[in-house]
Amino acid sequence: MDIRRAPPRSSSGGVEPRFRQVGFVTSAGELAAAPPANVAPAAAVSSSPTPSELSPGPLSPVMIPPPLVPDHLPVPDAAPGLLLPVHDSVTPSSPPPPSSSLPDAGSDLEDDVDVSWARPPPPALLEPIKRDHTEKNEDAPTSVPQKTKLSKAERRAIQEAQRAAKAAAKEAGLPGKSKATASGVSTTMSKQPKTAKTPPKKDVTTQDNPPEAPDKKTGQRHPDRDRKKDAPQPRMQFDDVHRMEKAKRRSVVKQSETEKRVELFRHLPQYTHGGSLLPDLESKSFLLGAIHPSVYKVGLQYLSGAISGGNARCIAMLLAFKDAISDYSTPAEKTLDRDLPAKISSYVSFLVECRPLSISMGNAIRFLKNRITKLSLTVSESEAKASLQSDIHRFINGKIITADKVIISHAITKIRDDDVLLTYGSPSVVEMIFNHAHELGKKFRVVVVDSRPNLEGQGLLRRLIAKGISCTYTHINAVSYIMHEVTRVFLGASSVLSNGTVYSRIGTASVAMVAHAFAIPVLVCCEAYKFHERVQLDSICFNELGDPDAISKVPGGETFNHLKNWMDIENLQVSNLKYDITPSDYVSMLITEYGMLPPTSVPVILREYRREHIWI
Amino acid sequence: MPDVQPLVSEFVLKLKRRKVEGSHAVARQTAELLRSVVSQHRMGSTNQAATLADAVRAVGQQLIAANPIELAVGNIVRRVLHIIKEEDMSSTAVGIEGLSVTVDSDDEYDSEHDDRPTLSAAVLASHARNALRAPSLQTLLDDIPVSTAISRTASSTGDSDGKSKSGDKTSTKKLKHDVIAAIGDLIDEIDNCYEPISEQAVELIHQNEVILTLGRSKTVKEFLCAAKEKKRSFRVFVAEGAPRYQGHALAKELVEKGIQTTVITDSAVFAMISRVNMVIVGAHAIMANGGVIAPVGMNMVALAAQRHAVPFVVVAGSHKLCPLYPHNPEVLLNELKSPSDLLDFGEFSDCMNFSTQDGSPLLNVVNPTFDYVPPKLVGLFITDT
Repeated sequence: MDIRRAPPRSSSGGVEPRFRQVGFVTSAGELAAAPPANVAPAAAVSSSPTPSELSPGPLSPVMIPPPLVPDHLPVPDAAPGLLLPVHDSVTPSSPPPPSSSLPDAGSDLEDDVDVSWARPPPPALLEPIKRDHTEKNEDAPTSVPQKTKLSKAERRAIQEAQRAAKAAAKEAGLPGKSKATASGVSTTMSKQPKTAKTPPKKDVTTQDNPPEAPDKKTGQRHPDRDRKKDAPQPRMQFDDVHRMEKAKRRSVVKQSETEKRVELFRHLPQYTHGGSLLPDLESKSFLLGAIHPSVYKVGLQYLSGAISGGNARCIAMLLAFKDAISDYSTPAEKTLDRDLPAKISSYVSFLVECRPLSISMGNAIRFLKNRITKLSLTVSESEAKASLQSDIHRFINGKIITADKVIISHAITKIRDDDVLLTYGSPSVVEMIFNHAHELGKKFRVVVVDSRPNLEGQGLLRRLIAKGISCTYTHINAVSYIMHEVTRVFLGASSVLSNGTVYSRIGTASVAMVAHAFAIPVLVCCEAYKFHERVQLDSICFNELGDPDAISKVPGGETFNHLKNWMDIENLQVSNLKYDITPSDYVSMLITEYGMLPPTSVPVILREYRREHIWI
Repeated sequence: MPDVQPLVSEFVLKLKRRKVEGSHAVARQTAELLRSVVSQHRMGSTNQAATLADAVRAVGQQLIAANPIELAVGNIVRRVLHIIKEEDMSSTAVGIEGLSVTVDSDDEYDSEHDDRPTLSAAVLASHARNALRAPSLQTLLDDIPVSTAISRTASSTGDSDGKSKSGDKTSTKKLKHDVIAAIGDLIDEIDNCYEPISEQAVELIHQNEVILTLGRSKTVKEFLCAAKEKKRSFRVFVAEGAPRYQGHALAKELVEKGIQTTVITDSAVFAMISRVNMVIVGAHAIMANGGVIAPVGMNMVALAAQRHAVPFVVVAGSHKLCPLYPHNPEVLLNELKSPSDLLDFGEFSDCMNFSTQDGSPLLNVVNPTFDYVPPKLVGLFITDT
């Protein structure tokens, strides 16, 4: 099997990690417990392995997939080492690869998935995951050399004690446990994963927060329950003080709620984010044995904003789950189809704490859980895992990558020569459309409209100009000014809801509205897996609140920093909404892989293709 | 007028270099400058009003040419010209009254006019017509030849030069004095335009209102503070108004007065407006067709307000009312500022490394200052007249 060396990027801008990494590393680290012994010492020492040992190309992440984990080996759930992954994958100084291939993870998967994401995060993310995957396989029990705060013996002692306590509690408290879990839907990691910090013994013991507690209780699958699981989970009520308290107690990521909440959004969680949480999470990382390192890494990338955008987040999450599945081994008294969904749910809860799920991620998770429950009971564990991994691969391939290609082919027909195309923010599909059209030789120019606080358009601008497409850049207030010159508007979407409204990055609605006022066609490009059966009337009832400090901090020095201490100022609130709703009458056409449709066709697609979508 | 030319040049330079910006400041300084022009003007014996008007007009043209976007300059110049006409008209009206009433009295007052034979009927009639016509900006051009004729006839019919001259000198001084006083009133009016507007606040804002505004307008601020003082309960959403982020400053000011304020991004306007009762904004200028020249982004807000049936209220002092009709206002009445507000120069230069085959740069950054809101989107104007 191959040993994955670190990709040529160094993590966190070249800062040497302070200790040897084990398990999942970002880039400039090597797993100390590399399976083949001959590699282990070298690996443990080296912190920046040469890229030449890697597969060809400086950044090409083409990987030959490692074989699956043999069953008898305990899957080490080594605590992640250095966790400063957030900067390596997004440094804009390093030229983003124009196209990156999505590597296959399962050995039984032939096709090379080709995705031209053109964005830094996926390749950097995928490589370490691939590496971890191999290296974790045969983690020698003794080589867990993190810089821990406790010594190994102490840890072992704590573990034993906790495990004993847990076993005792388990006897007595099975009914109690299920009651506790049935309370909050946003189940979060309990603090007890300390027990499950198990590098030595891979004992993926019970996670005691299964939302599928009913599953555990009964051994039967009803079609009803399947349907219930298909339905989106009810949302956490964030304005219910009681539930919030409970969730906070159980949460892993200690996000502090801002004291100052915008009244209008009391039903949404509002946290203070930022890098301040990263060190805290690092120190806890050793205790969080229950969260797979890949998932952990993805969570951190969400938290810091390194990965953003519906498709990128979904793919990152699915790949992390793929890893987690391959490292998963069913604990003793459990069956895979009961335990694995519980584990997935625990991962999902962790990800939710880092950043609320996007709708695309929610759909993907539903798909995965569905596939798990559809597994036949007679299949062996390794076969089951292989089948799940291939399902994930097919989902990514079919629903995202190929779908994008089909969307591009449809959308290309709508671009003529001498068009002026406007886009807002940085939608991945639209960028691919522009690139493809440019390659085909069409003459057009692009207007990129951007807005605070994320200023995503600047990244898009840079990439388009590097391709040679002439661009105009402006901010959202000037959209009325620039709309005179525009012939078509291409927008991306985070989701399209059942009544045809488009749920997307905030500001999209304004752009669509102004385009409509000028009678310019608005084309929304969205893959079908992002559709959702929910209906939403306005942007307030469901949304995501970002970090308010991002708004109050204005670049440009003292003249602009009026709101420096907005937290202390009474009567002042700052609201950083992330999404908004574009009414369907502003959208001229929806481009999906099923064709070019009016927005009113979304329920049809949901109905006709949803079964197929789940049961590919 | 050599004395006043340096002042004028200085102001022209300030306008050209955009050192002075904002309708209020510009209007005030223009009025003060014109007051100096008038006071320094050496009044001739004949056609005083006409020459004065000519002088003011010449200066005004220079100022307008310096910064055509600052419509307040033109407004004030026209107001001053109007004042001159008005004052002149009222003084000659007094003269004519005196003429018709007391032909053979021995007052000093009448001694100026006793030599005057009866004016021709035509002149009298036309003057009466002018006096009766309501003063308006459009009658500005018409009045000039008439009053010129009046003063010419008046002065030509004066027999004795000495008496006429002395009479004219007094009336000259009187005219100048009146004009200067009137311009002083105008300046006061500009300064205090907020109060009459703010008095209307109580009628507009009631209880538990939610108000949206964009950017920062002093008029809006005064308006809201007045409502707050009258103990009306309301909350304000302030859109920050990139790229100048004046919304932040406004939010801070409002909070100091105890108004519940939330700062939102401009992109969030459409999302939030469904929960808003009223949109109150300031303007840069109001055109003759009712269209509004406002800080950039306002058209977006107006469209969103229309979509959600939220009243869109524009508050502006009368010095912003402009008698011109806007033709292609987005281009002609707009100004593009530096792209560095939007894009760092570093980023910009990186992008400029690439270019098409004919060498033209691939990147173009657009940063307009103003936006045009068509009149059909505006629900209400509140001014101080």
